[in-house]
Order: sequence, then structure tokens, then C-alpha cells
Amino acid sequence: MKAASKVYMALIFIFLYAPILVLIIFSFNDTDTMSRSVFYGFSLRWYKRLFEDRMILIALINTLVIAVVAAIVSTVLGTFAAIGINGMGKKTRKLVMNITNFPMVNPEIVTGVSLMLLFVFISNKIKGLGLGLGTLIIAHITFCLPYVIMSVLPKLRQMDSNLYEAALDLGCTPRRALWKVVLPEIMPGIVTGMIMAFTLSIDDFIISYFASGTTQTLSIYIYSMTRKRISPEINALSTLMFLVIMILLVIVNIRQSADRRALRRKGTEGE
Amino acid sequence: MKAKGWATPYIIWMAIFIVVPLFLVVYFAFTGENGFTFANISKIGQYSNVFLRSIWMGAIATVISLLLGYPMAYMIARIPAKRQSVMIMLIMLPMWMNFLLRTYAWMSLLEDTGLINRLLQAVGLPQVHLINTSGAVILGMVYNYIPYMILPLYSILTKIDGSVIEAAQDLGANGRKVFLRVIFPLSMPGVISGITMVFVPAVSTFIISKMLGGGGNLLIGDLIDMQFLGSAYNPNLGSAISLVLMVMILICMGIMNQFDDGETMEGGMMI
Repeated sequence: MKAASKVYMALIFIFLYAPILVLIIFSFNDTDTMSRSVFYGFSLRWYKRLFEDRMILIALINTLVIAVVAAIVSTVLGTFAAIGINGMGKKTRKLVMNITNFPMVNPEIVTGVSLMLLFVFISNKIKGLGLGLGTLIIAHITFCLPYVIMSVLPKLRQMDSNLYEAALDLGCTPRRALWKVVLPEIMPGIVTGMIMAFTLSIDDFIISYFASGTTQTLSIYIYSMTRKRISPEINALSTLMFLVIMILLVIVNIRQSADRRALRRKGTEGE
Repeated sequence: MKAKGWATPYIIWMAIFIVVPLFLVVYFAFTGENGFTFANISKIGQYSNVFLRSIWMGAIATVISLLLGYPMAYMIARIPAKRQSVMIMLIMLPMWMNFLLRTYAWMSLLEDTGLINRLLQAVGLPQVHLINTSGAVILGMVYNYIPYMILPLYSILTKIDGSVIEAAQDLGANGRKVFLRVIFPLSMPGVISGITMVFVPAVSTFIISKMLGGGGNLLIGDLIDMQFLGSAYNPNLGSAISLVLMVMILICMGIMNQFDDGETMEGGMMI
């Protein structure tokens, strides 16, 4: 690689990581003022305060509950949907795929607003059904579903359809064949989809903002702080979140490269 | 595989939480206190400057992302395959950090007493006013969305058959000609999908403008936010603006897809 392109790549990475680095450095700032541009020395005080802050902890718990439920439900629903879509005729499949693609193409703010209209509409009709954790979970399942389907469908297409028929010929019921043959084959896609749903849910702000009512998630809490002065507790929190997400991404990547290697091996055996 | 019914729960879910809410947006956009009306739509004329500003800023951010992102994607596609996946992960990693926090980090860099100005001061250069300008908003857009440009470009550039490039060279094309006549045209689907994936969120953003642009750089997203959760509560007008934004985006996508052979979204899928 030429030196010029090395420099260029380095500059882009500096651009991408400089703000994150600043955020992380200032999470260790040893000062009681909320300064975000003078570094006084190293301390863990903001981490300590973070774990004493009840509002942040409640927001964190809400975020995790939503992410776990949304990831599980959207993975189950999405996997079944992908299997169903894979077996559809061309015309129906095209229609369903258009609906699936729509939330990924549509501006997020419009999806958020439209869901809010629905939730407000329903809560006006039926007393006791307000915006909150429930609507947040529904909204998150809705925007995660397309991504699950997008990661499961290619695995279904790659799969040798003879495998399924062989299972049937050997006496499996269709249900058992799906469970014993199809699911293990598409498992990597399912796991990737689930991790994606989980991270998308944790990261989401725009749709949550419109679907939350008064319930706080981390993103919404951070947003309410940006309108006042942000406490470095948030820097500490984001450093921790960054670490968690990094670990998750590394796991996904290792899985995928293991997957690719397995595929390559299969390919050479076939020759 | 005959498993059509497996997608039914998903289709019902999407009907309730994607299709019905969209109809609600349309319904609200065309109703007022006295039933059916065009008043909301015609009121949007007052905000044409906001629309123009959003489109203008979104377009500039998209062009800058393309100019910065294309060389980056091209260079990554040229390095050994093993290091490519590490580079791509490094590009993706910042995306998984809460985008409010990333934008907030820019606030602390760009402020009048922020890190950049302190650095300038230390070197003896005059201070520059960076925050609360339209430039800062565009910077925020480029920063947040440039990975969406690099990833589809990269995935299309790695797919280009090396022998096509060699053939062009053998036939006497120099480096520049090879790029302009062979590589760039072949990467068009990636360019298209990158442009849409940056432009759509950039044009509909509402946090970046608030955090980095101060009060003077109102965008479409802010306008929608104000009608639903802000001071100017008016869901009918908000729905009308959302509807216009959505139609605008869909028309843009339709035009863009004319230049493409399909498969755009596939090239743009993350992970």
C-alpha cells in the first residue's frame, strides 16, 4: 500500500474516533465541575457516581428489558417469517418483502411518529393503555423484525433444499424436519439477526423518543441531559456501553469468519 | 418447503404496526377540527425555507461523505483480505455507540471554549467560532452517516472482478482511465445505495441540528418533533409534514433506483 493511502486511512480513522476518544478520556476526569474541555487528572469518581445514580440505573434496566424482549420476540417471529417467505410464490413474496423493506427505507422519524399516532389513538379508545414500556417493546420489535429477516433469508437460500426433502423421505414429519434439519442449518443467520436486533434496540433513540411516553430509556435520558448540562457520568456510561458493544461485535465477527471458513471447506470438499 | 403459514403472525404484526400507522399519518394529515381538509398540506408552504435548508444540508453532507468515503472504501478493498474485515469492523464500531453521545462529543470539541479552540490558542492561532453554525450541522451529519457510505461502496468494490481491470490495462488504459471507465461505472450500485443511505437520515435528522446548530438551523425533523412533542403541538400539521417528507424520500429512492439494477439494499446491509 502506498504511503499516501495509509495517511488518508489514518486521517479518516482519526476523524471517526477522535470524538469517542475525547468522550472516554473525560469519563476519567478528576474534577467536580462538569468541565468537558480541561483534564484535571485521572479518577474513577464518575463511574462511582454512575452506579449511585438511580435515574440512570432505572433507565439502564428499562433499556435492557426492552432490548432482551424485543430481540427474542423479533428473532422468533422473524425466523418463522423468513421460513414462510422463502416458501412463498414470487408475487406474494415480492409484496411481503416490500413491506419488510419499507421501515428500513422510510425515515426513522416518520416511523416513530406513525407508531406514536397509533399508540395514542389506541390509548384514547381503551382506558389504562398508555404509552410506556409496552409500547416501547412493540415499537422495537417492529423495527428489529426486518433486520432479523434480512439475516435469516440468505441462509435459507444457501441451504440445500434436498436436505429437507431427504429428511422427509427418511420419515420426518414436516415440523420435525424443520426443527431438526432447517433450524440448525440457518442457526448462524438467526444468531446474527438476534445480536443485531439487540444492538439496534439498545442504540435506538428516534423511534423510542416518540413511543415512550414518560418512560426513560438510556437514549432518552441522555437526550434530556443534553438539553441541560451533561454530567460526566454519561461519559462513564458510554465508555462502558462502548466496551460491551465492542465485545458483541467481536463475537459476531468471529462467528462470521468461522462460518466463512466452514463454507470454504465445504466448497473444496465438493470439488 | 411448504411453510407459507409460518409468516402469518409476522404479516399480521406488520399490518398492525407498519401499515395501519401509515394510514393514520395520511388520515391525520388530511383532517382538522372540521373533518377533511387540505389546510395542513397548504400550511407547509410557510415552511418551504426549512424544507429547502434540510435538502440543501442533506445534499452537501451526502456529497462530502461520497468524496471522503469513496477513496476510503477503495483503499480498504485493495488491502489483504484478512485486514479488510478488521478495517470494516473499525468503520462500523463508532456506529454502535449511541449517536447522541457521539454528537455530544462533537459539542465539546467545537465549543468556543472547546478542545479545538484551546488547541488553536495553544499554538497561537486566533479562535474560530464553530458551534451553532450550519457547517457544524453538516459536520455532524457527515460524521454520523459516513459509515453508511463506506460500507456499501466497499462491498461492491470487493466484488469487482480483478481480471476486468487487468483486461483494461492490457488494452492500454492508464490508471485514471481504468478508474473512470471501468471501476467507477461498475461501482455505481454501491454509490447509489450509499447516497440514499446517507441522504435519507441526514435530511430527516432532528437531533444533530439541535445540538450542533443552535436555534438558527431548524430542519424538517425539528419541525415534526415540535408538532408532536414540542411547543407547537399540532399532530395534524406534523402528520402532513411527515407525509410530505416520506413522499419526497420515496420519490428520490424511485429516481435513484432507475440508475440501478436492483439489489441495492443487499449491498447496503450492515454486518
